[in-house]
Amino acid sequence: MRTLIVLHVNGERRELAVLPHHTLLEVLREDLGLIGTKHGCELGECGACTVLIDGAPMLSCLTLPIEVQDCEITTIEGLEQGGKLHPLQQTFAELGAAQCGYCTPGFLMAGAALLSKYPDPTREQIKETLAGNLCRCTGYTKIYEAVDAAAERMRAGGGKS
Amino acid sequence: MKTYPEKKEGQRRTYAYIGQPLPKVDAYAKVTGRAVYADDIMLPRMLYGRLLRSPHPHARILSIDTQRALELPGVLAVLCGEDLPRAYGILPSSQDEHALAIDKVRYVGDPVAAVAALDPDILDEAIKLIAVEYEVLPALMTIDEALAHPEIKINDEARTGNIHKAVSYEFGDMEAGFAQAEYVREDWFYYEGNNHAPMEEHACVASWEPMPTDAYGGKLTLWSSTQTPHYVHREVSKVLDLPPSHVRVIAPHVGGGFGGKSDPFSHEICACELSRRTGRPVKITCTREEVFLNHRGRHPVKMWIKTGVRRDGTLTAMHFRSFLDGGAYGSYGIASTYYTGALQTVTYTLPCYKFEGMRLFTNKPPCGPKRGHGTTQPRYAVEAHLDKVAYDLGIDPVEFRRRNLIEPYTRTVNGLRITSCALDECLDKVVERSGWNEFRSQRALALSEQDGMIASNGHASQAQDAENSGNDALELRTNGTRMAHNADSMVKRGMGIAASSYICGAGKPIYWNDMPHSAVQIRLDRGGGVTVYCGATDIGQGSTSVLAYIVAEVLGVQPGHIHLETADTTLTPVDLGSYSSRVTFMAGNAAIAAASKLKDQLFEAASLHLKVPVERLEAADGVIYDEHDAGISLPFMQAVQLAEERFGALVASGSYTPLEGMHGDYKGSGVGPSPAYSYSTCVAQVAVDVETGEVVVEKLWLAHDIGQSINPLLAAGQVEGGAYMGYGEAVMEQQIFRKGRHKIPSLLDYKLPTTLDTPEIEMVLVEVPDLEGPFGGKEAGQGPLNPVIPAIANAVFDAVGIRIDETPITPDKVLKALRAESGQSRAARPQVTPSVGPSPWPTRLIKWQPEAQDLAQTKGKS
Repeated sequence: MRTLIVLHVNGERRELAVLPHHTLLEVLREDLGLIGTKHGCELGECGACTVLIDGAPMLSCLTLPIEVQDCEITTIEGLEQGGKLHPLQQTFAELGAAQCGYCTPGFLMAGAALLSKYPDPTREQIKETLAGNLCRCTGYTKIYEAVDAAAERMRAGGGKS
Repeated sequence: MKTYPEKKEGQRRTYAYIGQPLPKVDAYAKVTGRAVYADDIMLPRMLYGRLLRSPHPHARILSIDTQRALELPGVLAVLCGEDLPRAYGILPSSQDEHALAIDKVRYVGDPVAAVAALDPDILDEAIKLIAVEYEVLPALMTIDEALAHPEIKINDEARTGNIHKAVSYEFGDMEAGFAQAEYVREDWFYYEGNNHAPMEEHACVASWEPMPTDAYGGKLTLWSSTQTPHYVHREVSKVLDLPPSHVRVIAPHVGGGFGGKSDPFSHEICACELSRRTGRPVKITCTREEVFLNHRGRHPVKMWIKTGVRRDGTLTAMHFRSFLDGGAYGSYGIASTYYTGALQTVTYTLPCYKFEGMRLFTNKPPCGPKRGHGTTQPRYAVEAHLDKVAYDLGIDPVEFRRRNLIEPYTRTVNGLRITSCALDECLDKVVERSGWNEFRSQRALALSEQDGMIASNGHASQAQDAENSGNDALELRTNGTRMAHNADSMVKRGMGIAASSYICGAGKPIYWNDMPHSAVQIRLDRGGGVTVYCGATDIGQGSTSVLAYIVAEVLGVQPGHIHLETADTTLTPVDLGSYSSRVTFMAGNAAIAAASKLKDQLFEAASLHLKVPVERLEAADGVIYDEHDAGISLPFMQAVQLAEERFGALVASGSYTPLEGMHGDYKGSGVGPSPAYSYSTCVAQVAVDVETGEVVVEKLWLAHDIGQSINPLLAAGQVEGGAYMGYGEAVMEQQIFRKGRHKIPSLLDYKLPTTLDTPEIEMVLVEVPDLEGPFGGKEAGQGPLNPVIPAIANAVFDAVGIRIDETPITPDKVLKALRAESGQSRAARPQVTPSVGPSPWPTRLIKWQPEAQDLAQTKGKS
C-alpha cells in the first residue's frame, strides 16, 4: 500500500503517495520526473545517484524517502540558482569534465558539497570526497581540473556563485 | 629513400574552430541533468520488462511453464525462445544467438524468458513464477578445458570441438627470418578478461504503434543505449520479421560504451516483441549484474610469441599464437581473433611474420570488443616480450624500440598500408616528460655505488633461451643485478615503456559492400540555420560535437548555430557506428564533403552578388568576404537566401568510403586495414612494495599521435580516459568465475579504479596531420589504452626484477613471484601454463608475399 509523504525537493514542497520500500532514487526519477539523478548499480557502489540531503551528499539509492521528509533535498535540477549555473556546472562544461555525462550529476552534487565546506580544497581532499563516485570516461583528470577552477571562481566571486 | 606523398597545400593552416578547446555541444545538457538517456524515457502507458536468465552455465531446457506468471495480475505478456525463433548476431558469419534460449543455455545469465508488466514490483514476482526444468550439462570454463573436451559441444557454430574460429597466416619468408636471427626468445602470456563497466547500464524503450491497415500491423520505434543503431536496426528487423522501413532505432544520450554496447542484445529484441504483443511501450533496463552478463568484454587470451633479432636489436622474424576464450557465443569474436594477430606489424617493422589464432567457446558470457578490440592483449604480450629481448641483449628499451619503428608511408609485410606515423616523436615526448634517462642514470649511479656489496641472486629468467640455437654466442644479461638498486628500502621504483598503434576505423564494413561507411546531410535554413544529420552515435566521446566543429569550420559559422540530428535510423543517413575508432575520421570526412558542396553554392551566389571571383572568397564568423578586402562581404544568411533563389532548397550530402588498396589480396585481409593508424607511447612509473606485493602506479606519461586534434580538450579526455582504463586492466580489473558463475558481478567487488587509485596522467598530443584525415585528424578513443598495460608490466620488472606474465598484476602474484625468486618460498614462480593446440593448426595455412613494389617501398628505409 502506498503511504502519503511530503518531500522538500529543490525548494518545492511535494506531496506524494509512495510505496514505502521504494528508494529516494526511484521516487525522484519515477514519481517526480527528476531524471537528472542517475543510477549505475542501485547498491550504493557507483555514486551516480548522489543528491544533497540538507547539504550533505547522500546516495539516493540507499535512502528511503520516509526518512528524509523533514530534510531539504537538492538534486542536479536544483543546483542552478535563478537560472544561473553553479560554477562547478560551468567548469565541468568548459573543461571537458563531462564526457558521456552519466556520472556527472553525482560528481557535481558531491563536488558542490565539497566546495561549500572547503572553498580551497587540496587535491587530496578532492580525491577523498569524490572517491565514492565512479567515472569510466575521464580518468578523473578533467574532473579535478574543473573542481579547482570552480573553487577559484567561487573564491574570486566572494564565495557566491 | 622514403616515399612520402607530396604535402597538400594548407594542411597546417590555422583554423577558427578546429583545434580549439571548445565545450562540447551537449556539455550544458549534461551538467544540468537535462540530457536524456534511454532509461530516462518515460512514455504514456509504458510497461516494464525483464529477462529471466539461466542459473546454469550449461544445461538443456526440458520445459518452461509460464502459466502462473501469465495469470499474475499486472502481467501483460511472457515470451519464450520459440516466440523469437530467428537467429541473429552482429557478424554475418556468426548468426548464433537467439533472443531467448531455445534448446540450451550456455552461460549463467543466458536469457530464457521475458516478461512485461505494469511495474517492476510485479516483474519481480512474475519472474519467480516461471518454472524452467533443466538437464544440467558439464560446463567448460577455460581455454584449456575447451581444448581438452571436444566431446562436450557448447555451440554448434564450432566446426570441430569447441574451436569457433582458427586462422593461420605466414607473411614473408619465416625460415630466412629466423635464420638471420642472432637471438631467439619465446614467451607465454595470459591476458585476463574484463568488462567495460560503462556507468550507464544497458537500457531501452520500445514502442509499437499499431496500424490496422498496414501489412505488418504497425511500426516500431526503439530507443536504446547502443553504439551501433544501424546494426541494431538490421537485427531487430530480421528477428521481428519486419521490413527496415517499419523499424526506427534511435540512440539517445549514451552513458558510455567502450565497446560494450556494440552488439544487438536480447533485451532490445525482447522489448520490441513485448511492445508489439501488448501494443504499449516497454522499457527494459539492465541491472549492473546483467551488464556483467551481457558482457562482450575483453577476451581472455593466452599468447605465445617467438621472436628473432639481430645482435643490434633489429627484428628478423616473429611467430605469434593466440588462444581466445570467447565465451558462449560468436559476437565480434571472429574479428577479435584476427585482430589479435593483424596489427603486430603496424608498430614495428617485421620482415616476416607468422600468426596463428584460435577462438574457443566456453560456458561464460560472450566476449566481444572492448576499447582496443583484440589488439590490447597482443600489444601487452608483444611489448613485454620485446622488453625482455631488449633486456637480454643489454639494449635500452627505448633504443631497442627506435631501431624497429615502422616508417610512415610504407606497407607492412601483411599488406597493410601505413600513412602518417609520428611514433618517433611520441617516444621523444614520453622519454623527455618522464625523465626516463635521468631516472635510469640515477639508478645506474646508485648501482655502481653498491657494486660488489650485493651478490647476484642468480639465474636467468628465460630458461628456454638455452634451447634456442644461436643464442650461445651472445652474452645475455640475467636479472641478478636488477634488485640491487635501492636495496634497503621495501619500496622499489621502476619505469617501463611501451609503444602501440591503432586503427582509425575498420577499412571494411561488417557486411562487406561498396557503400559509404558514413554519410552526412546538411540542410541550410533561409534564416541562416544549419541542420546536420548523421547516423554517428555519441557515446560520450564527442562525435556530435566533432561534426559541429567541422561543419562550422567549412561554412564559417559558429558551432552554436548548428543544430544536430544524430543516431536515428529514420532521420539520419547511415554511419556504421561508434566502434573501431572510426567516427572522427569517417563521419568527419563525410561532413567536410557535405559542407563543401553547400559552401560552393553559397560562394557562387556570393561571387555574383559581390562581384568577387569565387577563388578569393572566404567564410568566417558568419560572413562571406573577399580575402583581398574584408570590407567586401555579405552575411551568411543573405548568402543562403541568394543561393536558395539560384539553386532551390539547399540540402547537400557527403559520404566517406575508404580507399581501395589498403590491404593485401588474401582471404582474411579485411581485418586490420584502416585509412590511417594512430600511434601512442606510454611511460609508467611504479612503486612496488616487496613486503606486500602492492604495485602503486605513481604516474603515467602518454604521447598520442592524433594527426590533428579537432578539439584538444576532447582528445585529451580520450587519452586520459584510455590511460585510466588501461591502468585498471593492468592492476585490478578481471571478469572471473567460480563454479560456473561470475564471481564478482557488482561494482563493489569488480575492482575498478576510483579517484584514490588512479595515477596522475600527463599526456601530450603529437600533431602531424594525416593527409587523408579530416583536417589531418586521426583517432584518440582507443589507441592510447594499448601501451599503458605493457608499460606498467615493464615498470614492475624494472622495479623488482620479476616478470608477471599475466594480467592483472595483483599483489598476490607479485608476492608469490618475489618469494619464489628470492628462495623464501619453495613454490614455483607463477608462470603461464602453455596451451596445446591441435597439431597441425586446424585450418589451412595462408601464405602471402607482399607485392614487389611494396617490398621495395618497405625496404627503402634501410
